[in-house]
Amino acid sequence: MSADLVVRFAGEGGQGVVTAAEGLAQAAARVGYHVQTFSTFPSQIKGGPTWAQTRVSTGPVLAAGDELDVLVVLNRYAYDHNLEELRDGGVVVYNSGDFEVDGDARCIGMDVDTLARETGNPLAANMVMIGAVAALADMPQEYFTDFIRERFTRGRANDEAIIEANIKALRLGMEAVQATGQSVSGLEPPPEVEGTRVLIRGYEATCLGAIAGGLEVFIGYPISPATTMLTFMESYLSGPGSYVGQSSSEIESITALIGAGFGGKRAMTSTAGPGLSLMSEGLGLAWMAEIPLVVVNVQRGGPSTGLPTKTEQSDLLASLNPGHGDLRIPIIAPGNVEECFYAASHAINWAERYQGPVILLSEASLAERQQDVPRLALSSIHPERRTTANGESASDGDGPPRRYRGEQVTPFPVPGGPGAYVANGSEHDEYGDTTHLPKWHLQMTHRRFGKVALLEQDATYEAETTEAGVAVMPWGGSKGPARAAYLALRERGDLAWYYTMFLNPMPAALLEELRAKDLVLVPELNYLGQLSGLLREQGVRAESITQYSGLPFKERFLAERIRERLEARIGELARA
Amino acid sequence: MTKRNPDYDFKWCPGCGDFGVVRAVELALVDRVTRLGEPIENTVIVAGIGCSGNLVHLQEGPQPFGIHGIHGRTLPIAYGVKAARPELNVLVAAGDGDFLSIGAEHIGHAAKRNMDVTCVVMDNGIYGLTKGQASPTSAFEAVTPTTPMGKLDDALNPLELFVAVGVGFVASMLSTRPKDLAEVIGEAMEFPGFAVVHVQSPCTTYNDTYAALKGNPKEGIEPAAYPLPEDHDPTSKAQAMTHAVSGRIPVGLLYRKPDSAPMHRRLAEAKERAGKTAPADVEALLSSLEI
Repeated sequence: MSADLVVRFAGEGGQGVVTAAEGLAQAAARVGYHVQTFSTFPSQIKGGPTWAQTRVSTGPVLAAGDELDVLVVLNRYAYDHNLEELRDGGVVVYNSGDFEVDGDARCIGMDVDTLARETGNPLAANMVMIGAVAALADMPQEYFTDFIRERFTRGRANDEAIIEANIKALRLGMEAVQATGQSVSGLEPPPEVEGTRVLIRGYEATCLGAIAGGLEVFIGYPISPATTMLTFMESYLSGPGSYVGQSSSEIESITALIGAGFGGKRAMTSTAGPGLSLMSEGLGLAWMAEIPLVVVNVQRGGPSTGLPTKTEQSDLLASLNPGHGDLRIPIIAPGNVEECFYAASHAINWAERYQGPVILLSEASLAERQQDVPRLALSSIHPERRTTANGESASDGDGPPRRYRGEQVTPFPVPGGPGAYVANGSEHDEYGDTTHLPKWHLQMTHRRFGKVALLEQDATYEAETTEAGVAVMPWGGSKGPARAAYLALRERGDLAWYYTMFLNPMPAALLEELRAKDLVLVPELNYLGQLSGLLREQGVRAESITQYSGLPFKERFLAERIRERLEARIGELARA
Repeated sequence: MTKRNPDYDFKWCPGCGDFGVVRAVELALVDRVTRLGEPIENTVIVAGIGCSGNLVHLQEGPQPFGIHGIHGRTLPIAYGVKAARPELNVLVAAGDGDFLSIGAEHIGHAAKRNMDVTCVVMDNGIYGLTKGQASPTSAFEAVTPTTPMGKLDDALNPLELFVAVGVGFVASMLSTRPKDLAEVIGEAMEFPGFAVVHVQSPCTTYNDTYAALKGNPKEGIEPAAYPLPEDHDPTSKAQAMTHAVSGRIPVGLLYRKPDSAPMHRRLAEAKERAGKTAPADVEALLSSLEI
C-alpha cells in the first residue's frame, strides 16, 4: 500500500487531459484525500503537447509529485516525452486507438475513444482514463460513481443519460485494466477529514481574498496566465459601486486604476510579464502621486512574449523596480493556494495603508493549481481603508490644503470631499504643484520611501531549525517543493528553514537572522538568481539554486541539490 | 493655484492661447457650481503633459481636484475616475501632442465606451514645451526642428477623426473667444457621454496661427476659421463630417449624438438585468467549492 499516488495525463490540447486530471483530483478530494494538480500546455487552444498531473495523498500535498505512478498517454509524442518520468514499477496506459507500443511490459493499451463511443457519449473519454487509474491504484468504484452523479446533476433533461454514460465509461476503463492484472501499489484509504475543506485554484483564492478584502474596482486586459482573474471578477465582483471592466491595453489598465484609486476606491488589476512592462510608467505615477492600487503579476516565462503559459519566477526585479527613477514597489508573493487568499487582502491593505502601488507576485503554476485547503476564513481578513481627509486635516489653517505635507503618510483627500489638490506625476511641493526645487525632491523622495516602513509591521515569516548555520529560503510558488525538500533533510538538524511572502519590505528580524547564517540557499525559477542577489545586497551570504525550464522544481531533485551544497559548505567551513 | 501658491512659477508665453482656455474652463466650472449647485470638489480635471496640461495648476477661484499624470494617458485615467465614481464631473485638458499623438489610441475606446467625460483639447499644431517639433496637426510640409525638409506626414484632421470614431459630442472652438468656449464646455459637461471640445489655441513662440485663423481682408487672406452656418444640424453626422473635412476650421457645435447612453448608465442597466446588484457573497462562493 502507498500513501501517495502521482498520475499524469498527457496528450494534446483539446483531448481532455486537464479535465481528467481535475476530475481525478475532485473525486479523490471528495472522499477525503489531499490533492494537488498541475498542468502545462503551449499557447494554443487546440493541439500542442499538453499534460496535467494529479497527486493524491493521505497527507497534505506540498508539490505535484516527481515520479509518476501512472502515466496515461493519448499519442506517441506524449509517450516518448513523458516516459522517463515513470517510476520503477509504474504503469503506462496508452491510447491504442492512436498508436501501439510493443515489447514494454509496463504498458496497457486501451482504445480510449472507441470505449467512450461504446457508452454513447464520446465526451466520456476522460472518464475511461480515470477508470483505468482507479483500477491500477485499487481505488473503489464508488468513489467515482458518487462524484459523477454530483458533477453531472445539473437539472437538465439529459442528466441521467450523461451520468449513465460516464459511469459506464469509468467501468470500461477499470475492466480494461483489470483484464491485464497490472497494478501499481494500492492507495491507502483516505484519512479522516478534519474540519471543512475547499477544493480551490490559486487564482480563485486570490480573487476571493481580494473581494473579501473590500475590492471595489477591477480593470484588466486578457493575458496568459492572468486572464482567469479577469474572467472570475467579471462573474463575481458585483454590487453597488463596484466596477469590473476589460481595458484596451495594460497601459489603460494601470492608468485607469490610478483614476479609480484617486477616486477613493480599492482597485486591482491582473497581468503577466509583457503587461507589467507596459504598466511601468503608470506604476511610477502611482508611486509618485501616492495612489493606492494593487497589480497582481502572474509570472510566466520571459522576456518578451517568452513562454506565455509556463511558470517562472523571473519578474522579481522588474516588479520591485518596474519604472524609471528612484522607486521600489512593495511586493507580496504568496507561496501556496491558501496564502493567495490572505495575500490578496493583505496587498489591498498595504496599498491603502501607505497610499501607493503594491504588486502581488503570483505565477502560472500557482494560479492554475487546484488544491484542497481548509475552508478559507473570512474572519481572519480585516480590510483597511486609507485615512481620508476631513475638513480639518485637509487645510492648514486658512491656507490651501497640503496633500503632501511632511515626510509621513497624510490623510487622503477624496474627490467630492474637502482638500482638493493636484495628484502630480511631476515632482511637486506640499500642495501638489510642480516644482524643480531640490528641497522638494529631497523631501518627497524621503516621504515616498519612508512610508514603506508602515508595511513592515505586519510582515511575518516562518523559521525552523534556526540554530543551523546553513538555511534554505524559497520564495513564491517554489515554497511547496522547497518545503518537501527541507522536510526530507530536516532530520540532519543542520539545515534551517526560512520563508516569507513579504518580499518588500522584508521583515527586519528575518533579515537579521539571515545575515547571521553561513549560507542561505534560495531555490528560485530564474536564471539570474534574483532574490539571492537582493539578499546579498543586504548583507546576506545568499546563493540561488536556479531552474529555468518553464516547469516547477521537483522536490527530490531540489533536496539533492540542497544536500550537495549544504555538505560542500560544511566542508569548506571545517577546512577554514 | 497661482494666487494661492506663490512658489509655483510655471508661465505660459505672452499671448498663448491657453490663457483663453483656462479662463473659459474657470467660467464654465463657476457657472456649473452656481447653476447646478454642485460643489466644485465634485469636479476632477485630468491634465496631459505639455504646455497645456499646466492648466490644472493655473486654475483661479474655487479649486477642483486634479490629476497631472503622464504623457498621453488622460483618457484612461479619466476612465478610471469615472468607473470608480460615476457621479463626479470629469474634465480632460490636453494638447494636440498628448491627445492626438501618444494618446491617440485611447480616443476610439473612450468613444465606444461612451464614458461621460468632457475633453478640452488645446491644439497649437506644435510641440511647445519641447521647443517646437512637429505635432500630428502640424501642416504638411511644415518646417520644424524634427522636419527640416518639411513635414512628410499629412496633417491629422482631429475633427474628422472624432466624428468618424463616434465621439458623441464634438465642438470646434477658438481660444480667442473664452465666453463662447465656456458655454460650449458647459454644454459638453452636461452631455451624457463622451465629449470633445477641440480648441484652436495658438502658440505665439513656435506656431503663431492667430492671423491665419482670423484672416486679413486687406492682404486678401481668407480666415481659416468660419462660424458654422445657422442652419447646421448638429444631430446630423453627415453634415458634421462635411464641415470637418471642409479644409477650413468650422467654429461651433459640430455634432451632438441624439441618443447617447453613457458608460455608467449602460453598466447600471446591465447589472440590473443580470441580477448583479448585490455585493458578492464570498461565504456562498466558498461553500460552492466545499468538498
